[in-house]
Amino acid sequence: MNPFSSGTRLRDMIRVIRACKTAAEERAVVRKECASIRAAISENDQDYRHRNLAKLMFIHMLGYPTHFGQMECLKLIASPGFPEKRIGYLGLMLLLDERQEVLMLVTNSIKQDLNHTNQYIVGLALCALGNICSAEMARDLAPEVERLLQFRDPNIRKKAALCSIRIIKKVPDLAENFINPAASLLKEKHHGVLLTGVQLCTDMCNVSSEAHEHFKKKCIDGLVKVLKDLTNSPYAPEYDISGISDPFLHIRLLKLLRVLGQGDADASDIMNDILAQVATKTESNKNAGNAILYQCVVTIMSIEDNGGLRVLAVNILGRFLSSRDNNIRYVALNMLMKAIALDSQAVQRHRVTILECVKDSDASIRKRALELIYLLVNENNVKSLTKELIDYLEVTDPDFKEDLTAKICSIVEKFSPEKLWYIDQMLKVLSEAGNCVKDDVWHALIVVITNAPNLHGYTVRSLYKAVQTAGDQETLVRVAVWCIGEYGELLVSNTGVLDVEDPITVTEADALDVVETAIGNPSSDLTTRAMCLVASLKLSSHFPSCSKRVSDIVRHHKGSLVLELQQRAIEFNSIIEKHGKIRSTLVERMPVLDEATFSGRRAGSMPPSVSTSQGALPKIPNGVAKPTSAPLVDLLDFSSDDIPVPGGSGGDFLQDLLGVDISPSISQVTSGTQKSGTDVLLDLLSIGTPPAQNPSTLDILLPSQDIKSPVDVLTKLASPSPSAQTSTPVGSSSMLDLLDDFGTTLSLPETNGPTYPAIIAFESSSLKVTFNFSKEPGNPQTTLIEARFTNKSPNVYSNFVFQAAVPKFLQLHLDPASSNTLPANSNDSITQKLRVSNSQHGKKSLVMRLRINYKVNDKDVLEEGQINNFPRDL
Amino acid sequence: MGIRFVVMVNKQGQTHLAQYYEYLNLDERRALEAEIVRKFTDCGLAPWIWLMVGGLAVNNAFFWMCSFVEHRNNKVVYRRYASLFFLVGVDNEENELGILEFIHLLVETMDRHFGNVCELDIMFHLEKAQEMVMSGCVVETSKANILSPIQLMEKAL
Repeated sequence: MNPFSSGTRLRDMIRVIRACKTAAEERAVVRKECASIRAAISENDQDYRHRNLAKLMFIHMLGYPTHFGQMECLKLIASPGFPEKRIGYLGLMLLLDERQEVLMLVTNSIKQDLNHTNQYIVGLALCALGNICSAEMARDLAPEVERLLQFRDPNIRKKAALCSIRIIKKVPDLAENFINPAASLLKEKHHGVLLTGVQLCTDMCNVSSEAHEHFKKKCIDGLVKVLKDLTNSPYAPEYDISGISDPFLHIRLLKLLRVLGQGDADASDIMNDILAQVATKTESNKNAGNAILYQCVVTIMSIEDNGGLRVLAVNILGRFLSSRDNNIRYVALNMLMKAIALDSQAVQRHRVTILECVKDSDASIRKRALELIYLLVNENNVKSLTKELIDYLEVTDPDFKEDLTAKICSIVEKFSPEKLWYIDQMLKVLSEAGNCVKDDVWHALIVVITNAPNLHGYTVRSLYKAVQTAGDQETLVRVAVWCIGEYGELLVSNTGVLDVEDPITVTEADALDVVETAIGNPSSDLTTRAMCLVASLKLSSHFPSCSKRVSDIVRHHKGSLVLELQQRAIEFNSIIEKHGKIRSTLVERMPVLDEATFSGRRAGSMPPSVSTSQGALPKIPNGVAKPTSAPLVDLLDFSSDDIPVPGGSGGDFLQDLLGVDISPSISQVTSGTQKSGTDVLLDLLSIGTPPAQNPSTLDILLPSQDIKSPVDVLTKLASPSPSAQTSTPVGSSSMLDLLDDFGTTLSLPETNGPTYPAIIAFESSSLKVTFNFSKEPGNPQTTLIEARFTNKSPNVYSNFVFQAAVPKFLQLHLDPASSNTLPANSNDSITQKLRVSNSQHGKKSLVMRLRINYKVNDKDVLEEGQINNFPRDL
Repeated sequence: MGIRFVVMVNKQGQTHLAQYYEYLNLDERRALEAEIVRKFTDCGLAPWIWLMVGGLAVNNAFFWMCSFVEHRNNKVVYRRYASLFFLVGVDNEENELGILEFIHLLVETMDRHFGNVCELDIMFHLEKAQEMVMSGCVVETSKANILSPIQLMEKAL
């Protein structure tokens, strides 16, 4: 009768599957087996039903679909024999889950089995119920389970307890029925029942505050006593695990105490003694003992406490930290992270050990330790910690480098006491792990450098030295190239030497060498090369002796296949050759960037700016894909934006724009040092923009600076880019005023409300409906729609009726139409206003169904359609 | 719910026993198992220290590797016995060291039951593992108590 011994075919099947060399072979075997099982099912084969199901379970575990066997489970469960039921329940637990409707069919069988006289069958049913019970089943079967909590056999009691956990999780309302039986389980002597009883109580506390109160009042003393007995109990071989009596029960009890003691000083008081006893008495040379200690620490950390215990707990963690076992160190690090909120001083004491863990060979421990160190850094220890971390950066694995670098950069930025130190540390990081540094980090570095005029010379010299040894770190090269371009003359003339520096001699040619190597390096990417071109242009002005070499470099790239480089090279070439007079003005030093604005932008507006700039990116005509952090790059104006060259029609427009009287007090970004077109654009765009929204406008506009014709930029501003439009109504209107000067060649959207583009809501061969949108100020949920109807046919439409319907989350109000007759071949002759309120504004966009009735030549016509193309965010 | 899944895989990454205590559909399960197995094989788990415990070739502890791997929002606690990996997924509240001890108990129990447990035994008798975990909680911790009903059932057959 044993399903596994009645034939050897399950074994055979497993053996065949295991012998398969390839996944394809395995699939073939499984397919064949499934086919024969299906055949057996359709023949309603009684004898081999359980064996087939057992096979199906194995197949299911391998990850193949087995839904066709679900009904077989139910049949087996309904059969009277124990072996069949057993396989049936096993199948139920494996093949089905609470989401399947088939499960409803089994409720009755389970109910019968719960009342069965054979306790093993009751056990099976409880087990299955505990694993797959759904909310409906929970409601139906809760009384049976409640009764079984008092069953004579402990095996059934414990299963019933776990079943109850599932039930109250599914239906928390049922928890109150279980309070008393659960409390009585806590008085059990049988460890299994006690264990499950404690678990049940813990879970009840989580779902029901009533139960929580009840256990707090009635059960704490009892629990403390149980724990005390357990700790002091003599050797019990049955539950002994490496010399400790039932660590699982220990852990469960401590967990429940934690739940009960949280936020309750009295309750915490009662358990203080026993916690201290567990914490001091438990042996820590075995894993089981450590598990208890760990749980004890967790409990101590969460309950209300008098301080003494916490010191004890942190000391235990300190001991864990110095353990040789990685698992124990791992939990200690985890726990210290929580402890830091309670007592950072105590955790600081273990700083040295934690720092050692950062250098561990185990990835999990390293990661934890690094996070912990990050939390531990403050103004006082930042210097020594950073030094340690940077030293470690030199020897760490490549895959950990990225995490470590990010954390170091973040620490250095957050806590740097002075700029010199900041620059020094960042240069070290860049030369060690420049390839792991994120873009915004080195952008920030450049902002800091520009803001420290007394360190310009020092920085550029350090960079020069660093790049000699670590020329393969791309970001280092970028920063170095930028600085050499800006401050090259300080490098050569050795101005502003600090005491700490070793003097070096660099000739103009040496400086240019760096740039030339970087641009010639095949691994340099577009951004680096573009920066190199700009730097070399700048150097050509600072170092007249090198201008021949510079023009060679520039000319060399005139034929570059990358559009961006080619364009720059050609433009720079013409600057060098034709516009020698204005060259020095053009390549003057970059204006100092305002640190506060920059960090504000970085902190606040980064995520939105990324998304908006992505919206604008595809329109960049030369097709250069820029990194998503483009706004920053653009702000700094070195990587992808050349110094714009007046020339061509775009330049003329710029000149025109310059003629427009721009009030001088506009933006701090242009301090008047550079009369370049870009800055003028910036100026223009910030006119009339409310100052608070300045950053967001810039974000949207900056990525489009590549477009050479400023008209494009302006039309882009005025074209449907929702956030720009909604946030800067004033700005756009003043922009439009400016544009009026250009005459009428510009195709601008409707001037009355350019917020959202009009859509064609419906179009058939005879009729067209367009929607124009506007918003009420201060009420983003409501959209005003103006529907315009166009008759495309040569016939007059009479009795014209427009109807619209919307889903429930929308509210629609229709105003009467301007007329009910649509003349032949007319444009927009009927208008009708709709008002839609979107209760799910921001989550769902509008949808609408419409129906139009009219009469043509005395014939009724009905047209229907659905509109799904509403602009988003309405 | 403490325990989210118990999975046994062999060195080749084939699943031998899988029991989930929360709902995942088939594809999710497969992906999860494959992902975890990949994580382990990536770690480069050589060389081993073999210890004999209760007739089992046991790699007792990874002295150089932590037995906890964070995976999505779960923690996976694992232990390796001969060519079998026991993986237990737990939530963040669970005591990891306790689970580690539990895996050992599970294996010892099976060892006692089958005499000398091997991959095939476990595959043929997976229904017996049910006595220890139910609904994501540990049911019973005494080997004798776990085994007595199973033996009774065997006799009943």
